[in-house]
Amino acid sequence: MSPVMALMRRELRSYFVTPVAYVFLVIFLVLAGILTFYAGDFYDRGIADLQPFFVMHPWLYLILVPAVSMRLWAEEAKSGTLELLQTLPTSLWQAMLGKFLAAWLFIGLALLLTFPIWITVNYLGSPDNGIIIAGYLGSWLMAGAFLAIGACLSTLTSSQVVAFILTAVVCVLLILAGQPEVLDFFQGALPRKLVNAVAHLSMLRHFEAIARGVLDLRDIFYFVLTIVAWLAAGVLILDLKRSH
Amino acid sequence: MIETDKLTKRYGHLTAVDALSIYAEPGQVLGLLGPNGAGKTTAMRMIAGFQAPTAGTARVCGYDVRKEPLKAKRALGYLPEGAPSYGEMTVREFLVFIMRMRGLRSDVGRRRFDEVVGRLELEGALNVSIETLSKGLRRRVGLAQAIVHDPPVLMLDEPTDGLDPNQKHTVRQLIDAMARERTILISTHLLEEVHALCNRVVIIAGGRLRADATPAELEERSRYHGAVSFSAPGSGISQEMLGRLPQVAGIEVDPLDGRVTVFPKPGERILEPVESLLRQQGLEVSEIQLERGRLDEVFRQITLGSETEAHP
Repeated sequence: MSPVMALMRRELRSYFVTPVAYVFLVIFLVLAGILTFYAGDFYDRGIADLQPFFVMHPWLYLILVPAVSMRLWAEEAKSGTLELLQTLPTSLWQAMLGKFLAAWLFIGLALLLTFPIWITVNYLGSPDNGIIIAGYLGSWLMAGAFLAIGACLSTLTSSQVVAFILTAVVCVLLILAGQPEVLDFFQGALPRKLVNAVAHLSMLRHFEAIARGVLDLRDIFYFVLTIVAWLAAGVLILDLKRSH
Repeated sequence: MIETDKLTKRYGHLTAVDALSIYAEPGQVLGLLGPNGAGKTTAMRMIAGFQAPTAGTARVCGYDVRKEPLKAKRALGYLPEGAPSYGEMTVREFLVFIMRMRGLRSDVGRRRFDEVVGRLELEGALNVSIETLSKGLRRRVGLAQAIVHDPPVLMLDEPTDGLDPNQKHTVRQLIDAMARERTILISTHLLEEVHALCNRVVIIAGGRLRADATPAELEERSRYHGAVSFSAPGSGISQEMLGRLPQVAGIEVDPLDGRVTVFPKPGERILEPVESLLRQQGLEVSEIQLERGRLDEVFRQITLGSETEAHP
């Protein structure tokens, strides 16, 4: 078994032997439900789709993804197991990938468990299930991007609280980057090209297209690139910390 | 084999390890000795690949830890300071995880698992989560993790720290049994351990190499080496006579228990002359001993002397 797989399995198991996994899953599902039915006008819209459900996901992830990612490296640094892990014959990339994949699969599981909402919408009407699948994929990709940010920032500190706050702040910045209010703020101060660049960094902008069912390669590329870049930054930080 | 070549670690202005060059070959148990903060753990962390050297390098089985870190790590079994492990895992899960991370094939793995569990007497704890184990058991789990892949080189950072005398004995026996065809580097600040385990000793202080010798050679540096000590109530008269012996350099009496220590002149052997003199005087000697030398005294002499040298 490759080190990536071994580490991924260990991490996944560690979620489920502690109450972390169950607490997280319950809160995720309850919040997803509340946001969809109350804040998202699921019924009153009278349209058989899951758009109100997906639109809330960035805000859901803003709180819950940092809670998953904060422990990835901070906990190892705190308990001293980082030394054990880094003296095993694995590269930092393999370790990072194993941990990231475990967390990403876990969030994927949480997403899958929202299936009753999909059943509901199919019972109530006849939605375009292709769009819904695209929405799920997009949501999972976005969760991956948030997770990669969290995994990277978790390497900076041995305090999980600090890791949580840093991640939440960066994520909220990336969500808001594309909002008109934010762009207006920059409009006067920055050249137009830079403002456009900021707008393109926005998670929301790329996610909204996918949530509407448009699987544009550029949006997928954006999320994949975000994941790779933040994981690479995390590996770099781990390596820098070795030479301290 | 383990080799360090001018291994150096600096944190800003502080030099934790300063151009340290040591060498250990198969069959050797090399003891890394030094006061707290001497740089033992930092040196080991660099050899294990957890920290990168500022300058110099280390080699494990010939693999440079900077150029071929994965090969070096594969050849090495390492017990970090404090024996960290994942508390929520059971002992079985933890060892299986380590074997998978090390890429052990499952048939080899099963055999090694049974062997290691037997050797460290972990059978009863296999399905217990590590965080509920006693300190001694946790240390044994850490050792099991370090030897599970049967490494040619073993590096143990304070392997008996926090163990009771019986557990210490078990761990020392284990290290002794493994020493024959392996290279073993252990760090310790227990001098008794040096006698019990090591066939060579490296003393560092302030990050620098201060001594590299066998335990016997170190003992010879002690002023107690070759001295004769005895307890004899009412030996006051004979002290003067002893002092007149041509081989004797000096005499000290312990103010607490009245034990007399007679120091020889360099190169002289004084056990027999002292004994015969005492016999002539008709003194009742309850016990007489030829001193090998005191490691603690040599240790102090080497490490304290160097400190004043390092920070004038």
